[in-house]
Amino acid sequence: MLKRTGVPDRSQIKDAFPDESYLIKPKAIIECFEAIPCNPCETSCPVGAITIGADINKIPVIDHAICTGCGQCVHNCPGLAVHIVSIKEDKALFRIPYEMPDVPKQGDIWDGIGRDGKTVCEATITAVTQKEGFDKTTILNVETDKTYLYDFITVRRP
Amino acid sequence: MIKHEELIIIGGGPAGLSAAKSALEADLNVLLIERYVRLGGQLIKQTHKFFGSKNQKAKMRGFNIATLLIDGLKDAPGHLTVLTEATVVGMYDERIVTVWHDATYKKYQADAIIVATGASEKFLAFENNDLPGIYGAGGVQTLMNLNGVLPGTDIIMVGSGNIGLIVAYQLMQAGARVTSVLEAAPRIGGYAVHASKLRRLGVSIKTRTTIKRAIGENKVEACEIVSLDDQWNIIEGTEETINTDAICIAVGLSPMHQLLSMAGAKTSYISELGGLVPCVDENNQTSIDGVFVSGDASGIEEASSAMVEGRFTGLIAAKKLGHVTKGFDKDINECRDQLFNLRRGPCGLKIREGIRKLREVNDHA
Repeated sequence: MLKRTGVPDRSQIKDAFPDESYLIKPKAIIECFEAIPCNPCETSCPVGAITIGADINKIPVIDHAICTGCGQCVHNCPGLAVHIVSIKEDKALFRIPYEMPDVPKQGDIWDGIGRDGKTVCEATITAVTQKEGFDKTTILNVETDKTYLYDFITVRRP
Repeated sequence: MIKHEELIIIGGGPAGLSAAKSALEADLNVLLIERYVRLGGQLIKQTHKFFGSKNQKAKMRGFNIATLLIDGLKDAPGHLTVLTEATVVGMYDERIVTVWHDATYKKYQADAIIVATGASEKFLAFENNDLPGIYGAGGVQTLMNLNGVLPGTDIIMVGSGNIGLIVAYQLMQAGARVTSVLEAAPRIGGYAVHASKLRRLGVSIKTRTTIKRAIGENKVEACEIVSLDDQWNIIEGTEETINTDAICIAVGLSPMHQLLSMAGAKTSYISELGGLVPCVDENNQTSIDGVFVSGDASGIEEASSAMVEGRFTGLIAAKKLGHVTKGFDKDINECRDQLFNLRRGPCGLKIREGIRKLREVNDHA
């Protein structure tokens, strides 16, 4: 399915998430399902939570017990395949990489978009971070209803 | 008059620049010849972050890698001369080349030559494919990322390899709307992460679909797309017309072997490497003594591999001319390890098979 449409299966997405009990703290979700020669997520992780190994074609494996949700892997992933997720009461909190020139402002409410490009929910932009170290990738903090934990992936101007 | 040079490198892209660095560090005098107005090759148009590992500058954006490679030539001990807007139009016996530069033809004879000419885009045969508004993906990147000109507003991308997916994404970033990415094969050709990035933006990717014809009077106004069966035949009745003002073709690359062919280097057609490629030994030397090749000119791969191959070939060429660097064996092994690592996964299957076939051709010779 992924290699036919570009959209991962529901089961692949679920497998990339840890048990929801982990998500009381922010954790990196790595949606890298294909063996490609690439390892910046592993080398950028300051706590050694991500393992690829000597063969850089291996799929990254993350230990969510070690991951601190620091977000280094988010802007270092060339494939924009990592985002940070946590749950707070009835809200899902995300930190996503964003590379479109139309950048939202803190407090904006934009469309929450799913992996197939369709609108799935309302998304509140809670922070917008642009830093030299991010190398022109903007990091957006976004809040949605917790229901959309596995559905939300990015935002679009409504 | 024929001017003598120690080492001539043809092409200032990722392979040529990396070869130049190795050779200069070995204290060689290098003449680097580039057809475009500036160095960097395709890297200068690449706005995305690169894959690979730290050794191949992974996670840096392509145009920044170009700057890094160019700046890296400054402090090396050897002497570098760069000709830009200079086209090598002929390559002959005894490593003689003719260069069109500054409105004159200049002749050089070199002790060694590294051909790092890269690749050219393949095109696709369909009705009206000569209408204005139909571009190669490289042309679109030049217009858009170098000159700030959008080729259109509603765009069809033909081909879902990494180039098709990346250029489609860049078009969306630049404010165009990519209506669809078409892929004749049953599966997306490029990395899944690139495809997922596009899908999030609402771009549809249609596999087993191709372009049947372009429609328009003086320029592209629409195109007819059609589904293919598992034998790659058109399924009649599935034609669909989509309004579009630009069609971008990204259906693969061919190695630029022409200069080597002109000089009489042995070549072989190996589809896994992108077409006609020079027969090289394990040191990237062609059948002509002292003439080497590296990067896409020897087989289509990623820029990460081109950089490593360039570094490797520069070291080998320097050794050939009697400049054995300190740590030569270690550096060569490091290059070989890096290439092995980049190619060892499922994405490297094609290149591995291509190299195997090339070695077979050499063994039979």
